[in-house]
Amino acid sequence: MTILLIYIAIFIGAFLVVKFITSRLEQRHDFTSLKTVTFGDESAVTANRTASVISIVAIFLIWGAFTGSKLTPIHAPGPYQGKGQFDYVVEGPDGQRDTASVFWQVEDKKGAAEDLEIAEGDGFALNDAINIIKYRSGQLRWDGNDAVSRKDGARIVEVDGQATDFDPNQRDADGNLVQDRPRFRIDNGSVTMTDKGALLITPYQGWQMEPIWLPSPEAVWSRIVEIASEGYQNNTLLQHLGWSLFRVVAGFFFGALIGIPLGYAMGLSDWFRGWFDPIVEFMRPVPPLALIPLVIIWAGIGEVGKVILLFLAALWIMTIAARAGVSGVNITKVHAAYSLGASRWQIMRHVIVPNSLPEIFTGARVAMGVCWGTVVAAELVAAEKGAGMMIMVASKFQLTDIVIMGIILIGIIGYGIDILMRRAERWLVPWKGRS
Amino acid sequence: MSGLVLDAISMRFDLPNGDHVQALKNVSLDIKTGELMSVLGPSGCGKTTLLNIIAGFLAPTEGAVTLNGHLVTGPHQERGMVFQKGALFEWMNVRENVAFGPRMNGVPKSESAGKVDHLLEVVGLHDFKEKAIYELSGGMQQRVALARCLANEPDVILMDEPLGALDALTREKMQGLVLKLWKETGKTIILITHSVEEALLLGERLIVMAPRPGRIHKEYNLPFAEMGVGADLREVKHHAEYALTREEILNMIWDMEEEIMGRTEGAA
Repeated sequence: MTILLIYIAIFIGAFLVVKFITSRLEQRHDFTSLKTVTFGDESAVTANRTASVISIVAIFLIWGAFTGSKLTPIHAPGPYQGKGQFDYVVEGPDGQRDTASVFWQVEDKKGAAEDLEIAEGDGFALNDAINIIKYRSGQLRWDGNDAVSRKDGARIVEVDGQATDFDPNQRDADGNLVQDRPRFRIDNGSVTMTDKGALLITPYQGWQMEPIWLPSPEAVWSRIVEIASEGYQNNTLLQHLGWSLFRVVAGFFFGALIGIPLGYAMGLSDWFRGWFDPIVEFMRPVPPLALIPLVIIWAGIGEVGKVILLFLAALWIMTIAARAGVSGVNITKVHAAYSLGASRWQIMRHVIVPNSLPEIFTGARVAMGVCWGTVVAAELVAAEKGAGMMIMVASKFQLTDIVIMGIILIGIIGYGIDILMRRAERWLVPWKGRS
Repeated sequence: MSGLVLDAISMRFDLPNGDHVQALKNVSLDIKTGELMSVLGPSGCGKTTLLNIIAGFLAPTEGAVTLNGHLVTGPHQERGMVFQKGALFEWMNVRENVAFGPRMNGVPKSESAGKVDHLLEVVGLHDFKEKAIYELSGGMQQRVALARCLANEPDVILMDEPLGALDALTREKMQGLVLKLWKETGKTIILITHSVEEALLLGERLIVMAPRPGRIHKEYNLPFAEMGVGADLREVKHHAEYALTREEILNMIWDMEEEIMGRTEGAA
């Protein structure tokens, strides 16, 4: 929630700053800048590239700030890392009271810091010392070194001046606590009591994320470098990604190889359309992910199964795109070609195929996106190599940095595929949307 | 027997609700080679159906079309067609569009290239031959369509409202171009139009059709096309007989439209 508010604040703040700066700069006088009505005029809205850059920077800043990254200048408050102390008052079974102190310190991991050296103090309750691991709580059996113990009926009645009448020995017939467990505020942390009356010390946790939830950007980056050179699960990073890409390309290739001629046949022949319409219309809404179990049963988790799955994912999309491409041919073009002396085959080759290319390209872009999503999902379920398999295995070992690395790489590759398809489209069908 | 002969063409097709439409009834025409004929009529009079039958896209339910003595059974390059719009191939440039017909008929590029260049010169698009179709204006696109049709050297050119989508000025220029091409090539041209002025200018012979059922209502033989060749079309329009004929035809079509309206209102 806090992060969302910060994000909105950055969004608005950056908008105001950029607007202020650009208003000070020289006014441009292209056609759009002279329009007085821009609200509601979609053609006057282009992506503000400054906003795009700031957007990406903001995501990394927030990511860094909440993970204690060294790359970001500002950080969210981190977990308390020093030492602390608080007093507590014990009431013995005889009703006498004695005060003792607890000295605690936070250590990075178990055994990283030396035990605190403390004076024992006096009375029947003696002082205690405890090391607490960062981001964790420490449970203190305060009576371990005392003359009285909880078993004898001794209990804590006050922590850091905050009194409590909590008595862990008061139980109902089922053995459940009768009272709520108290919570005390101490400097740089809080203290609660366990069911059995021990102290549970929780140092201030801060707003940062533990690496196990979200590693810092540089940790992810160093993981990328490490896995790129050393590999993960018997394959290098390039092999993992390469295998995923290979499956997508192979599945898409076969899907297009069958789907496009099938779509043409459905667009040109009533028998083909009648025959395949029920099949295509039935298979189209079935998500490819739902086919994963069946494909694994039939073809196993190897390459054949993956390629079959992606083939099925691409097939229907390409069929429908090709069919739409044929239906979209303006009849006057066909008439014109006939009266210019073209044969059926020439009309197919010179009119129908080129005229359906824009639709087929749109379908190919969709199909590539679906295939890429499906291959990752299929690898998450079962695979020996691939981008999805990498993050699935890493998540089992709680290697969050590899999981995030995988997600980022999957996103970049998916985006890259779409950009390449758009480039190819502009190069091969420049007339798209301009007739 | 030379020329285009329409022998008692009737066109009747069933509707899904059991009704039927009599699009054409007993249309007979004898069109001589080199004749420039314009066809005029209110919407629904079957003039496009008639043109599609001549082109071979539709088969008449009765009657037959013969060209130079042989029966028309389907589309053929002897009958070229110019459409209102959307018939050019966007994936080809101007030159490739014009060269399409010869290429389909197996004419080697080396033979057709000269003719294509010449035709582009005639329609005034020589400097645009490498341009893409979508880079041209509507008038230029229709020039390409004309050149593409002529490149195939058809015996008959069928024009289905070829200038209907153009603005008034471009239209007038294009009318001059059609007259020029007609005179230079000596082709038989059948032109369908909505515009009475255009029908008068571009018809040695003018057919007015009437709807329900589609039939020939009246026929004129006019001097304006001959007068318009190479001349200022606006001067032709000032001719006294031009204005008279125009009024007569406008009244005729007006009455037909009134009759249609009255009939539908009566039915409702």
